[in-house]
Amino acid sequence: MNALRNPIHRAWLALLVATGITWYLGEVGAAGTSAIVAMLLIAFVKGRLVILDFMELRGAPRLWRFLLEGWMLLVSVLILLAYALSLR
Amino acid sequence: MTTATLSSPTPPKRLPGDLAIWFFILAELLAFAVFFAAYAFARASHVEEFNLYQQTLDRNAGALNTLLLITGSWFVARSVQAAHRDHSAAIARNLWLGWLCGAGFLVVKGFEYAAKFGAGISLSTNTFYMFYISLTFFHFMHVLLGMVILTILWVQARKGVYGSHEANGLESGAAYWHMVDLLWIVLFPLVYVMR
Repeated sequence: MNALRNPIHRAWLALLVATGITWYLGEVGAAGTSAIVAMLLIAFVKGRLVILDFMELRGAPRLWRFLLEGWMLLVSVLILLAYALSLR
Repeated sequence: MTTATLSSPTPPKRLPGDLAIWFFILAELLAFAVFFAAYAFARASHVEEFNLYQQTLDRNAGALNTLLLITGSWFVARSVQAAHRDHSAAIARNLWLGWLCGAGFLVVKGFEYAAKFGAGISLSTNTFYMFYISLTFFHFMHVLLGMVILTILWVQARKGVYGSHEANGLESGAAYWHMVDLLWIVLFPLVYVMR
């Protein structure tokens, strides 16, 4: 359990589990608004883990942290918007 | 007589690697953002076509490739940590393991492409496949470049270039490799699963 003190080990485990959830949602044929929102949320959380723990931007100047996290948010919102259009 | 209790100073904020690599990463991310948005908005006017042909994609291969890139990224992050702790042998070893994950990704993707091209699918088959092939191939090329970068870092690491005194080049290359992972984290659910 000591290994879990290392943020990159924690991030790796969380990323594996999150990928499993997305794969499972695909297997059970999840579709529609709630499935899309869930998958985007999972992708957003995964992206943040990569940005903050793997890229080590948690301790970086705020500007760079916000630029990368902002990219993740922008992409998620654009995809959500496009899917909302398709559901109308 | 003043006994000031100093709270442990927070380490100074620091951007890993060279500033230039982060500008490059931003440019790449923006290009992919446009690509992702183009896919999503094109889908909005071809929902039935996209939903139908998305079913033909190999979701297991896509998920396996996600695991490979995540694990590859993890190894490279471990390599950077090893450099900061001066564990010289672990720097090169983790780079090599990260490279292997990248190679695994390319093999899986190769089988996926072979199945699709073998079935006669091409860029001009329909809008969905045009996006599927161009998006994943654009990303494929980035994995390839990432592996070239990891090879260079590995050679340098074997020469003993990196350690707590010097990790800039290693951190810059690692940041690029994590970007390749980050892109796939969006690409996989978007193209393979979301419907």
